[in-house]
Amino acid sequence: MRSAILQTASRYLLPILLLFSVFLLLRGHYYPGGGFVGGLVAAIAFVLHSFAHGTTNTMKIIGYKPMALIPVGLGIASLAMFLPVLIGYPVMTGLWFEEPIPVIGMMGSALFFDLGVYLVVIGVVLTILFTISLHTH
Amino acid sequence: MIDNHIIAPILIHLFTAIIQLACWSKTITQRVLSIAGATSGFAFSFALFIKVYNGEILTMNAANWEAPFGIVFVADLFSSTLVLLTSIAALAVSIFSSVGVGKARMLYGYFPIFHFLIMGLNGAFLTGDIFNLYVWFEVIIIASFVLLTLGGRKEQLEGAVKYMALNILASTFFLTGIGILYGITGTLNMADLSLKVPLVEDQSIVNLTAMFFIIGFGIKSAVFPLYFWLPSSYHTPPSAVAATFGGLLTKVGLYAMFRVFTLIFIPNEFMRTVLIVLAILTILTGAFGALVKLDIRRLFSYLIVCHIGFIVGGLGLYTKIAFMGAIFYLIHDIMVKTNLFLISGLIRQMRGTLDTPKLGGLYSEYPKISLLMALVLFSLVGIPPLSGFWPKIYLFEASFNANSYFFIASLILASFITLYVIAKLWAEVFWKEASRTEPLSDSFKELDIFRKTLLVLPVGILAAGTLFIGLNAEFIIQVVDRISNELLDTSPYIKAVLGK
Repeated sequence: MRSAILQTASRYLLPILLLFSVFLLLRGHYYPGGGFVGGLVAAIAFVLHSFAHGTTNTMKIIGYKPMALIPVGLGIASLAMFLPVLIGYPVMTGLWFEEPIPVIGMMGSALFFDLGVYLVVIGVVLTILFTISLHTH
Repeated sequence: MIDNHIIAPILIHLFTAIIQLACWSKTITQRVLSIAGATSGFAFSFALFIKVYNGEILTMNAANWEAPFGIVFVADLFSSTLVLLTSIAALAVSIFSSVGVGKARMLYGYFPIFHFLIMGLNGAFLTGDIFNLYVWFEVIIIASFVLLTLGGRKEQLEGAVKYMALNILASTFFLTGIGILYGITGTLNMADLSLKVPLVEDQSIVNLTAMFFIIGFGIKSAVFPLYFWLPSSYHTPPSAVAATFGGLLTKVGLYAMFRVFTLIFIPNEFMRTVLIVLAILTILTGAFGALVKLDIRRLFSYLIVCHIGFIVGGLGLYTKIAFMGAIFYLIHDIMVKTNLFLISGLIRQMRGTLDTPKLGGLYSEYPKISLLMALVLFSLVGIPPLSGFWPKIYLFEASFNANSYFFIASLILASFITLYVIAKLWAEVFWKEASRTEPLSDSFKELDIFRKTLLVLPVGILAAGTLFIGLNAEFIIQVVDRISNELLDTSPYIKAVLGK
């Protein structure tokens, strides 16, 4: 099904949804949100795009296989988890920068953990959905 | 004492798996990484064992939240011994897999999933929080389900569905038990639970929860009556996978049983009887099942079930000597059962089949390897001074002291049946003339010497471990003696975790 309305809308919705997913990711420390939901929203943005333009076109936007995001995300999350061990704290201890960073606010290692989760969720969801849709076509 | 490094055996496998995910289609790199990861995992767990053996119970409060509010990781002698054994088995399986697992499976992520599985096992042994234990169980189930279905043959999927269905059922029971426990005590930390459960006014609900845990862990460790997922799924995946499963997966259920029923619920008379009856039935069904099976791996699967009963019975008797026997048997069992499945993989390489009537003539063709295998089979039977012999003495003594004659009878019967099936196996597979009517494919002979070594070395490592346990039994008895004391008197554990 190719609909002009959906195609036009999805072209604008993709950046908006991605921005919204980043907002959810950053907000997640004290409010509802976080890496998992943010990742799902980002994945949905790409899925919507693939509905309108076809899976192969969406994969062109991403540039490489979504599966590559899984080790990257897991690596970032594990490093954020492991970093405190190097300075003598137990794993997963939250480390914080002293000064707030403009726009984002206070930033700590928990954010990087969430960022890792965000990437893993995008990677897993897109790998599953793209594999299925490429096989059914 | 707080030591932030006890989590190293978990992290090392996590990082190995992540790096392997990054080299998804490079199978040579994955093999090298797997062996390197397993070796350093072994080094870390050996260091952990030495530290705990020479010192005291070590703890780590994850995220620096103090127990009982945060998740705590605890390495006492019991868990660090099991982590060490897991690492030895993982090292052997990882070396064996580098040749024994097909390239197609490696391209679909065999090695990363294997390391996630070992990570889950180490996590389950080290955690001191009951909900975290449940999470590690889930990690184990998901990883093992992928390993079981990788390859996608029809009988694999059939076995995997049974495996998955019963394990999810077990997890549901386990989770329900945790839910009730949290509802009545308001804590999930095992040491804290151990203090708060006896204070609950309505002890009948505590007993009910204990039953949930018996059912949950019972299914996971293949105790009668819900054991049949094990023999119907363990013969389907490649032998390297079956070795990990047979050696380690059921044992983590047993570990959890020991932990929960010594720390949180002290079994009353009724529960002990239930455990002993279940143990006897498990032993008998496992033994009789092994008696009629012709496929080597199905036979070994039934022997796993049979010997699980020995360990559950040791828990049911609930005396120090029984604990010593059961835990000694657990240590011996991890080494031997992992090795048995590796051996079956080796036989498959040499013969192309695992059906005993078709096999034969291995001894005349490969005398040295056959003798190595014989060592393992003998210690499974429990011929002195090999490792299967010592724990049985303790179990006999404990059940005599408790006047539990049915248990002794089933132990003796099961030992005889094990002897009989292994003798039959030896005669059929090794001594009998190879059948001339059906040509057997020997893919082992064509391999170069390096690959042959990679296949035989892990069997040798585990056999050496078995020999060490058997000949150096005095040291192992010292270890299990201390473990039994820790299990019966949990105050040092609670003090280490809660600091009071």
